[in-house]
Amino acid sequence: MTDETRMAPAEQPEGGREAGALPVALPAAQVGGESKEKYYVRFTLPQRYLHAVLFSSFLGLAATGLPMRFSENAVARQLASAVGGFGAILFFHKFCAIVLTLAFLYHLKDLAVRVLHGEKGIFWGPTSMVANWKDVQDIIGHLKWFVGLGPKPKFERYAYWEKFDYWAVFWGMIVIGFSGYAMWFAPFFARFLPGWALNAVLVVHGEEALLAILFIFSIHFVNTHLRPGSFPMDMVIFTGKETEEEFKKKRTLEYERLAAAGKLEAKVGDKPVYWWVNFAKIVGTIAITLGLVMLVLTLFGYFGGR
Amino acid sequence: MAGARIGLLERYRVRQSWLRKLEPHGVDAGSTLLIAALVLFLLFGVPSFLHAQTDCLSCHADKTLQDASGHSVGVDADNFHASIHGSLGCTDCHSSIKEYPHPDQPAAVKCETCHADQAAAIGSSVHAEASAHPCTSCHGDAHAIFPKSDTRSAVYPLNIPKTCGNCHGSEALATKYGLQNVYSAYMDSIHGYAVSKEGLLVAANCMSCHGSHGILSHKDPKSTTYRTNIPNTCGACHGGVKDEYLSGIHGKLLAEGNQKVPVCTDCHTAHAILQPTEADFRMQSTPICGSCHKDQLATYRDTFHSQLGLLGGYVETARCWDCHQAHRVLPASNPQSPVNQANLIKTCSRCHADANLSFVQYQPHANPHNRKLNPALYFVRLFMNVLLWGTLSFFTLHTLLWFIRAKKEQDKGGPAAEAKHD
Repeated sequence: MTDETRMAPAEQPEGGREAGALPVALPAAQVGGESKEKYYVRFTLPQRYLHAVLFSSFLGLAATGLPMRFSENAVARQLASAVGGFGAILFFHKFCAIVLTLAFLYHLKDLAVRVLHGEKGIFWGPTSMVANWKDVQDIIGHLKWFVGLGPKPKFERYAYWEKFDYWAVFWGMIVIGFSGYAMWFAPFFARFLPGWALNAVLVVHGEEALLAILFIFSIHFVNTHLRPGSFPMDMVIFTGKETEEEFKKKRTLEYERLAAAGKLEAKVGDKPVYWWVNFAKIVGTIAITLGLVMLVLTLFGYFGGR
Repeated sequence: MAGARIGLLERYRVRQSWLRKLEPHGVDAGSTLLIAALVLFLLFGVPSFLHAQTDCLSCHADKTLQDASGHSVGVDADNFHASIHGSLGCTDCHSSIKEYPHPDQPAAVKCETCHADQAAAIGSSVHAEASAHPCTSCHGDAHAIFPKSDTRSAVYPLNIPKTCGNCHGSEALATKYGLQNVYSAYMDSIHGYAVSKEGLLVAANCMSCHGSHGILSHKDPKSTTYRTNIPNTCGACHGGVKDEYLSGIHGKLLAEGNQKVPVCTDCHTAHAILQPTEADFRMQSTPICGSCHKDQLATYRDTFHSQLGLLGGYVETARCWDCHQAHRVLPASNPQSPVNQANLIKTCSRCHADANLSFVQYQPHANPHNRKLNPALYFVRLFMNVLLWGTLSFFTLHTLLWFIRAKKEQDKGGPAAEAKHD
């Protein structure tokens, strides 16, 4: 979803177009006391929208899926009956599923088009989402730094935990998506699946979804947003831009590589406008709050029994 | 009512005039038989008419009349004449009164003088020791008793629930005798609704199941509500269901004397009987089957059918009897059972229109914890659990350590601190 190639100099006009679409961009930049600070583009507008669609539909799927998974839980039952019982819950679940499926297909189409256009660096290299030997070294190095046994590793465009997030979602989309559609259209899938698979899809769907919910609402939230240094949330996925200081500190190797190649200037963008930042903060706070509430309910549902 | 009254008075007057005409004639030739009849009439008929209704009513028609202890002794003459006992003389029942003035406290009326069978039945029933008058408690005002087919009767089918509810709808009485307050449960039930809202005369009222005079405790093997008699009691109306039930495994075991098998009331309850196609009943019934079939309930709980069904609203998801049938439950080995392998496509098709041979291999009671019975499911679940807890364990530790380290860096401040931004 987050992919380097969007940042290629050839696509730079996209960043400019986006800034131009925001009418208050110029005055806002002058009002800010730190207007001289340089901003670099990290995510394009389509990528940010994709993340927004992803987390919105995911929250919807989690909110409607959890009551089904923990249907013996009193909170789940009350929530379900409050919105009209299972019929309503399943309807919203399927609706969100279709939205997320479309988002996933859009991403696949996007990748396919770019591969067909001969774009480099998608499957390998410093800007690829594919894991490499340096990621293994980074995991070890990072863990050592946690316990004070070594220096903090320097990261490229995508750090290993970001790649893990990406592939976890990718794998989850396929696994949860397939098992979900297999239940939705069970008689059709039964034409080429054995009988026991119809039993298995519910287990797979439920457990993988549980993993996704627990992972995103705890690990991803803390790693990306709630960790000291990012708290209360990392705005880059909403604004698409980060300051030069952040860029240098968080993605040192990418900064150095671009600087050495003389491509840094091509990535400079406008300072994010206030109303957009504030809007994003509200949306982000709501999303994180909903996620944390669901995390608590999920843990109660899992360990608390009925 | 008025016609009946005039008729009675006229009859009385006619008889009086007969007497006056007959007396001067004395014994007339050729009428020995008539004389004998007259003598009998004078001996037995007249004394009762000496205390005929009109005589008594000259005082007791005053509805505010009270005896020394403040008891109302007034009689609504109109009602009484219209009632089933309207043609009787007062002293037929108040037989201790022979003359006027009568004693202040005449003996209590004994209904059993005429209604011996009913009195005997009451005597051996749960109401034998009731302190209230056993007859009037149900039949109402002694001077306004109507036949049970009369809408004014307290025991008219549509009035029975209210009549019984006078006591059995009372919290105080229920507490006193350790009974349930069944009146409100019944009135909210499908039977109570049929009686109170639809006025359905054939709908079950209290009497339909419990009888009337000879009501026995449900613990009494002779009672209509004794466990093994319940299918017959309900079957009096629900004959088809009774036949189905008796041909199923539960009915057969019951006939063999097995007391543990469910009877009608175990699933439908006795009084708060709900419409079985509606959500409320469908929501409450699965645990009832599960109270005996514990393993089957536990495995059912793990399936989509249960997860959906428990959330309410959407009641079509398969419950026990949707697949196993409600009344004629048969073992899966029986070729007539809907869950017999040969019938599965038909059974599943009732909900899943495109059910095919592969689809019906789905196991509605699969147990992912049982490696022998469901090996594939067992390993799928194991894999998913290892993946779940493996991933979460590693990253929880990873993120916790990171969090602590980042917090320290931030507290230290200076160039080593991670940038805070927004």
